[in-house]
Amino acid sequence: MNPVFKIILQRLALGLLTLFIVSVVIFTAVNMLPGDFAEAILGQGATPEAVAAIRRDLGLDQDPVTRYFQWLAGAVQGDLGNSFAQANFASFVGTEGSANMASVANQIGPRFWNTMFLAGVTALIAVPFAVILGILAALYRNSAFDKFANMFTLTSISSPEFFLAYILILFLAVLNPMLPSLSNIYADMGLGERLEKTLLPALTLTLVVTAHMMRMTRAAIINLLASPYIEMARLKGISPLRVIVKHALPNALAPIINVIALNLAYLITGVVVVEVVFVYPGIGQLFVDSVKIRDIPVVQACCLIFAGAYILLNLTADIMSILSNPRLRHPK
Amino acid sequence: MSLWMQIVVVLLLCLAGGWAFRFAGIKATDGKPFYRDMPLSVAFGYVLGAVLLVWIVWSYYLSRTLPAPEVNKYFFFRIAIEGFIIFALFAWLFRLLGRSVGTSTTKKLFRQMPLTASFGILMILIYAFLAIFAGLLAPYGQEQIVPGVAANIPPGGNPAMGGNRDFPLGTDQIGRDILSRLIYGAQNTVGIAFATTCLAFFIGGSLGFLAATLGGWLDQVLSRGVDVLMAIPSLIFALLLMTIASAWAGSEKGLLTFYMVIIIAVIDSTRVFRLARAVGANIVVMDYIEAAKLRGEGLGYLIFKEILPNATAPLLAEFGLRFCFVFLTIASLSFLGVGIQPPLADWGTMVRDLAQFINFAAFAPQVASAPLLAAGAIALLTVAVNFVVDWMLHRSSGLKE
Amino acid sequence: MSRLLTMTDIWIEGRSDEVWNPIINGVDLHLNKGEVLGLIGESGAGKSTMGLAAMGFCRDGVRIAKGSVNFDGIDLVKASAEVKRGLLGKRIAYVAQSAAASFNPAHKIIEQHTEGPTQHGVMGKSESERDAMELYAKLRLPHPEEIGFRYPHQVSGGQLQRAMTAMAMSCRPDLIIFDEPTTALDVTTQIEVLASIRDIVDQFGTAAIYITHDLAVVAQMADRIKVLLRGDEVETQDTRAMLSHPKEDYTKSLWAVREFKRPQKPPVHDRATPVVSVQGITAGYGKIDVLYDVSFDIHEGRTVAVVGESGSGKSTTARCITGLLPPRKGVIEFDGVALPLDYRKRSKDQLRQVQMIYQMADTALNPRKTIGEIIGRPVEFYMGLKGRDKRRRVEELLDQIELPADRYIDRLPSELSGGQKQRIGIARALAAEPRFIICDEVTSALDQLVAEGILRLLAKLQDELKLSYMFITHDLATVRSIADEVVVMKDGEVVEQGPKVEMFQPPHHPYTDLLLSSVPEMDPDWLNTLLKERGVDNIGDAAVQKMD
Repeated sequence: MNPVFKIILQRLALGLLTLFIVSVVIFTAVNMLPGDFAEAILGQGATPEAVAAIRRDLGLDQDPVTRYFQWLAGAVQGDLGNSFAQANFASFVGTEGSANMASVANQIGPRFWNTMFLAGVTALIAVPFAVILGILAALYRNSAFDKFANMFTLTSISSPEFFLAYILILFLAVLNPMLPSLSNIYADMGLGERLEKTLLPALTLTLVVTAHMMRMTRAAIINLLASPYIEMARLKGISPLRVIVKHALPNALAPIINVIALNLAYLITGVVVVEVVFVYPGIGQLFVDSVKIRDIPVVQACCLIFAGAYILLNLTADIMSILSNPRLRHPK
Repeated sequence: MSLWMQIVVVLLLCLAGGWAFRFAGIKATDGKPFYRDMPLSVAFGYVLGAVLLVWIVWSYYLSRTLPAPEVNKYFFFRIAIEGFIIFALFAWLFRLLGRSVGTSTTKKLFRQMPLTASFGILMILIYAFLAIFAGLLAPYGQEQIVPGVAANIPPGGNPAMGGNRDFPLGTDQIGRDILSRLIYGAQNTVGIAFATTCLAFFIGGSLGFLAATLGGWLDQVLSRGVDVLMAIPSLIFALLLMTIASAWAGSEKGLLTFYMVIIIAVIDSTRVFRLARAVGANIVVMDYIEAAKLRGEGLGYLIFKEILPNATAPLLAEFGLRFCFVFLTIASLSFLGVGIQPPLADWGTMVRDLAQFINFAAFAPQVASAPLLAAGAIALLTVAVNFVVDWMLHRSSGLKE
Repeated sequence: MSRLLTMTDIWIEGRSDEVWNPIINGVDLHLNKGEVLGLIGESGAGKSTMGLAAMGFCRDGVRIAKGSVNFDGIDLVKASAEVKRGLLGKRIAYVAQSAAASFNPAHKIIEQHTEGPTQHGVMGKSESERDAMELYAKLRLPHPEEIGFRYPHQVSGGQLQRAMTAMAMSCRPDLIIFDEPTTALDVTTQIEVLASIRDIVDQFGTAAIYITHDLAVVAQMADRIKVLLRGDEVETQDTRAMLSHPKEDYTKSLWAVREFKRPQKPPVHDRATPVVSVQGITAGYGKIDVLYDVSFDIHEGRTVAVVGESGSGKSTTARCITGLLPPRKGVIEFDGVALPLDYRKRSKDQLRQVQMIYQMADTALNPRKTIGEIIGRPVEFYMGLKGRDKRRRVEELLDQIELPADRYIDRLPSELSGGQKQRIGIARALAAEPRFIICDEVTSALDQLVAEGILRLLAKLQDELKLSYMFITHDLATVRSIADEVVVMKDGEVVEQGPKVEMFQPPHHPYTDLLLSSVPEMDPDWLNTLLKERGVDNIGDAAVQKMD
């Protein structure tokens, strides 16, 4: 078998294993809650009957290992359990029965696609922008442009996401009303309108991610341009454009792809805060809301999705850099 | 769409201007290599830079001359420009001071320092001063609702605009002095972030060096464990654990803050572990470590006398970066409502509480500046730390060459 | 002969810490068509900078401050970037020190070869490929039709270096700059590359500037030699004249190491117990063995040189003796008593007796400790001396290594020169008052003059303190000057061992013979004679056959 395949299979297996262990960690963490889920959600004033009802509904009377595997088996099939918030409500009004409870999957489903849309728009703007600026800064390093870019990116990395969000709202929504400051998106919205409402949160995320991505691209390219084979190409009288396209780019691909994947993974953290600021109906906002009301199944599910996306992106970065390494593609 | 058209036209004009600029340069200097070998892209860059500079100066001029309603549009722009100039001036003065006062080592340090780094150091000193002496400097208490004072007084202190001279930065939604809360915020937010970072470094640093020096199964176990913990995005993990911690803490707000410190320190210590292990591993392969091992030195001597002194520079830089990260994480958690708990004054919470005022910017810019003050205070400190760290990293990499 | 290149009054500066520092101070250089000029000097002499300047090229942070580079009527300093680009690769070519790093890992060798000719419009792609194969054959590369279609990492270092020479030849340039092309290679490989470079330069009548720090190498390659020292020219002469009658003291001193010889010592008493006795050790990393049944003795006051090329197992043997790598089989005796194989199981006194001096003094001294602390630590650790006693002992040691104590005791290693740092390494070993010291390539990172000083110091210390040395080296000149006995290693095995006098006299083991004959000598006819002996046409094959 080609050794590259072998390495990639190993990485995939490792990724799956990591995801499995992460799910155990998340499940265990949630099980560290004191007392009982049921008491935790109903509070001290709950009647013993209500607690017992919820316990039965949620299967809390079984042992943790069984529950973990039930939860995992469900999660694999897309069934992430039922939301406590709904269960809570259901038991108070007395209409017991799982039929009335909103499933976590139903709650997360549309929001997941909203978040993917936001991340997609951000990536579409940020990736070309950052890579081009990063390459320019590397080519003209130590110039005024490079120094200014350095200062600007450092500033934007250092600023909390909500600060950048409010600055953008201030200038692009309030002082110059060009874009809406609230992203109230609903299901059957046209693409144009949806884009318009998504643009401001996407721009905020772009600012954050671009700065990171650009700095890392710059460092990777500078590292590359210092290598002897680039000097050799220049000493062969090759035109600057050809040096970049033919000699630098094939070798820069791996580090640049790596940088992009890492930063898209970084988006995940940014998404949470930005969705809250813009009231964007995505998975991040749901996560924060659920954290506040301690809706454990939703928190668990969101956590698993975020971690899964994070692992997947890091895995992609890993595999891409293996694929673009000629030493591995053409073994001795 | 017309805005985009305008931008495209300006860029095209800049391109033409760049060509003309280079052409004129070649003609005027009779083919000096500077102009002759200049790519068009660079010429374009020069012209674009010049156009932006003119635009900034023109906008600033407008902000000083336009009458009342239109000038609101330029209010924040003016503040930003003036703030930038004032900060740059102070940084310059501070560097000048550093160059003439102190020992010869510090003088030399200041001589090689860029303005950004001296700005960073100055800011860190000011924040530290504010945080330490908050109790003496703040005019009011952080939880104090001054009797008889209205809520929501706008900043500026100008009675004509609804301000109050006793509350130069105004009051918040329940009538607490914003200036005092900002100053106490320095103590709470920065202090807690600092303590958390120290804890993270203690945990991650000691385990990392141990793993690097001993290697073997201990290294394997720790490294794999850290790999798993790092597979969960840190803010997400922090939010998950904070949910559980809030159930544990119940109604005890102080306890929750304590849990937060522990949680963030543990999550962040994984990053410190990685760095400490990498730095340690680089040092451990050095021949002087081998010489010390062959001499029969113990583990303590190896770590504290041989490895640690050589790891201080990268660890110090990492401390700065980690502090920024922890600080921003705490601010984000507080902003989301699950971080530092009221009534402690904290910048993240203040931003969340005052956020809605931003919508008044079009007609009352002073009012809108209230939430930005706290957010700006966060950004200013992290920018300052990052500037210093950037300079340190640049210096250490420059020394290697 | 007509003039090809004239560099007049060249001043070059390099930027560090926002200041321009001089690298080359007003050096002149000229070269006729078809002539080979050797450019030699120690590290930091500015050889490479000068070589690149001959192409009108400066690395980042370097600039030609003054002077002119006239290549066939074109001033390369004033010429526009486009004019220069038209010349580089086409009429002036470059061969870099590390071929492995200078070939782009993403493209096949032949693709990089044909890039120059097609871009400069000299040949079409298929024509250039055919030409490449011819050049590969001329340079005696194995499988000339196929080797170009490999990626750089699939080809060995020596072959890659020849492929790079072929690439430089691709446009049939008038001038080639060779920048230390054989420095990174082993001696036996070096010969093949040297021979093929010289052949091809002769054949096409190409002018060349050959940059190296090795006078013996340059003697084989150059018609004329120019010596540089810290950016200044020392002297320029025809090769034969330079070798027989160097004018300047500095030039004379350059090959001083070759003159340093120690008096022959009486043979060791038959029944004397050796200080260190290595008996049949087999060792390796993981599951792979890299040492097989290695045995030798080291007697009191004697130096055993362990010689071999990279990968021969010299350093692994040292790691076994120190206990860092416990061997799988075999015994290591000290004074007739078996040492525990793992250093962690050895007593403090056993550890004290075996000391080590390293190749890279930079990584061997903790950069954060002062000289006094570095030398003082073993004094305190083993001898228990403290305070004033410790300081007195450190001063004594500094005195022994010929460094003034009051000036150096409080300095950091970074404030010292390479040779001084190596002396501190010696002092640290001496501080333990050992009987046996392992010297691992201690002179190979140093310039020749400095290296000679270190060798003299080690010899003096051996006589005074009756020390035994195990001297690991790949440099046979060093062996000649300091060894009493020689152990030749290859692929983890001892090929031959015995007293130095015997080793340098025939008959040898074939590998020893190959190793000895491959070391360049100062005689300009050496390479010719050797090639004649080995048979010119199959020098590469001959080397391979003899090695097997």
